[in-house]
Amino acid sequence: MLQYLSTLDRRVVFLLMGLAVAIPILFPLPLSYKPSVLAQQAFDAIETLPPGSNVVFSFDYDPAASGELQPMANALMYHCGQRKHNLYFMALWAPGAAICSDTIDGILLKRCEGYEYGQNYVELGYQAGLAGVIKIAVTDLRQQFKTDKYGTPLDQIPMMKGIQNLQPMDLLVSVSAGDPGSKEWVQLFVTPFPATKMVTGTTGVQSVSLYTYIPNQIDGMLGAIKGAAEYETIVNAKYPGPDGKPLPELQEGQRRMGPQLTAHLLMVTLIAVGNVVYFMQRKASRRSGHARGAAR
Amino acid sequence: MKRSTIVSIALCVVGGLGLALNALVRPHGFGAKYVHFQEKTYVEADVGPALGEVLETGTQDPNDRRRVWLPINDTLLDRPNVQRTDKAPISWVEEVDITPVDAWARMTGPSGGADVSLSLRNTLGVWVAALFSLAVLSFLWRDNPVYKFAESVIVGVSAAYWVVNAFWSTLVPSLLYPLFPGLTKAWALPGTSGEYEEGAWTRIFPVILGVMLLMRLSRQAGWIAVWPLAFVIGTTAGIKLVSHVQADFLAQISSSVESLIKFDDRGAFDWGRSVGNIVLTVGLLSVLTYFFFSLEHKGVVGRAARLGVWFLMVSFGAAFAFTVMGRITLLSERFEFLFGDWLWLIDPKYVRTVAEAGQSVVSMITSAPR
Repeated sequence: MLQYLSTLDRRVVFLLMGLAVAIPILFPLPLSYKPSVLAQQAFDAIETLPPGSNVVFSFDYDPAASGELQPMANALMYHCGQRKHNLYFMALWAPGAAICSDTIDGILLKRCEGYEYGQNYVELGYQAGLAGVIKIAVTDLRQQFKTDKYGTPLDQIPMMKGIQNLQPMDLLVSVSAGDPGSKEWVQLFVTPFPATKMVTGTTGVQSVSLYTYIPNQIDGMLGAIKGAAEYETIVNAKYPGPDGKPLPELQEGQRRMGPQLTAHLLMVTLIAVGNVVYFMQRKASRRSGHARGAAR
Repeated sequence: MKRSTIVSIALCVVGGLGLALNALVRPHGFGAKYVHFQEKTYVEADVGPALGEVLETGTQDPNDRRRVWLPINDTLLDRPNVQRTDKAPISWVEEVDITPVDAWARMTGPSGGADVSLSLRNTLGVWVAALFSLAVLSFLWRDNPVYKFAESVIVGVSAAYWVVNAFWSTLVPSLLYPLFPGLTKAWALPGTSGEYEEGAWTRIFPVILGVMLLMRLSRQAGWIAVWPLAFVIGTTAGIKLVSHVQADFLAQISSSVESLIKFDDRGAFDWGRSVGNIVLTVGLLSVLTYFFFSLEHKGVVGRAARLGVWFLMVSFGAAFAFTVMGRITLLSERFEFLFGDWLWLIDPKYVRTVAEAGQSVVSMITSAPR
């Protein structure tokens, strides 16, 4: 047994991990979530703003990260929509602009009432320039965005009247998968202009580098899929769907926590078994070493 | 025959049988996308400013009217300041994605499915995505031609996407339009003013730098590419330096200087925040000590540095755990796509509620063959 475990084919581990993820998807686990302080702070940052506040919402990710980030983008947009905030959408990643449009169609226009293009939401789209886009937009928005995503000059869009740069924004929401993203927003926008609050939803990989900005530079953070599940729990409790039940779109994060549980249990088991095998092998080799020494 | 070849063939056979079984057992098959035909009709109308708006601003001419296209059933057409023109309405048929449940309901409804169709384009998209997902996952078994093919296609498609994207999002609006506004307006950006802006000629400098960068391809003139690179590195460093000093250095020092003893709003001792701040301060000082190499790590300094290593290890462990969580989420999202959008094993209604998703598997097993 010890010999088998010590030379276990890595593909057996892959198979076990595949089953650990697949089974809870086919047969979901009934889990409940207690929101963390960070998720509650993110919720409060949006909730406490008066209706009609200006919110810039940046989609800084691509389809490769949407498994983690789309649930929180859905929940954040839905929450902003329920609070009737004015939403200025933009993207620092090119595919983010397309994901933004899909989310607007699927969440804002489908689930939130009273939204009309140009009146209370606008898509500024993607601009090349990485973090430089933020640097320019915080001082002169029109130098960076001459038109919206659909080619309409910003001066012809009613809700852009009087908006010369991003500084009058009450809140920044950045859903981010890397560079440029939340870190650059902190460095180039909310630190030099602290009047604007910031809420971010990030991938697990990026979360670690953003904790240091809490709470003075970032007001609330949703870290990885767990953050999304917690945020969905809070939003669903406060703003359920028309039938009083949580909206299906706002359960993606919670649903993906089932595979997390089983996969993490498997990982912990494998780490424990690996350590036991290692120490048993070491003990066995020491014994054999002593036996050889005694024989000499 | 090699053992790995036998396993590969067995996997393909089992997978194929599973697909066939799924197609036979399920009453509605799987992996299909449907569209609903929706007729759209727009009419042209002259829209004048609302009376209230004119009175409020006092600047708009009440006769100033804008010509717009509106849906024929738009309530705006009933307003007194909106008048239809003589131009004939424009109509077209639009394809709207619908769920299989909606499609089946329409097929069995009074229309008999006349306004519903299987979307070959979208269905093909689902199958291509599913087969490419399996091709990439096949790398877990070992490197193989199917994986290589999928990898090459992804690299090629990504490169093409970025070339097209860079052209339309950078070259056209930021270079061609400022230099040739009239021509670019007529050709690509109809919503713009088409007027030449003062100083737009300076956009020629990035073009020159770009051409210099391409000199890297030449053996003789490769040295020219160093100059634009120096410009890029210099400007990036300039932007980053200031922001790092402000956000990551000064602000972090400010955030790290916290009172070790905290009281809550009622004046009671706050255990949680106090312990948190003590851990923060001890961790900060010990990790800084670990990276302080001017003193030998012996005695008190050595013990503090060792504590710093422990703090670093804990933070690395947390970072790794976060990464694991992210990767598992990506795998579960892919499985959801394969089981949901492709195979319809879960949530064929596209409802995707936690309660109903599992029932689909049971119904698949118990449903009668068609």
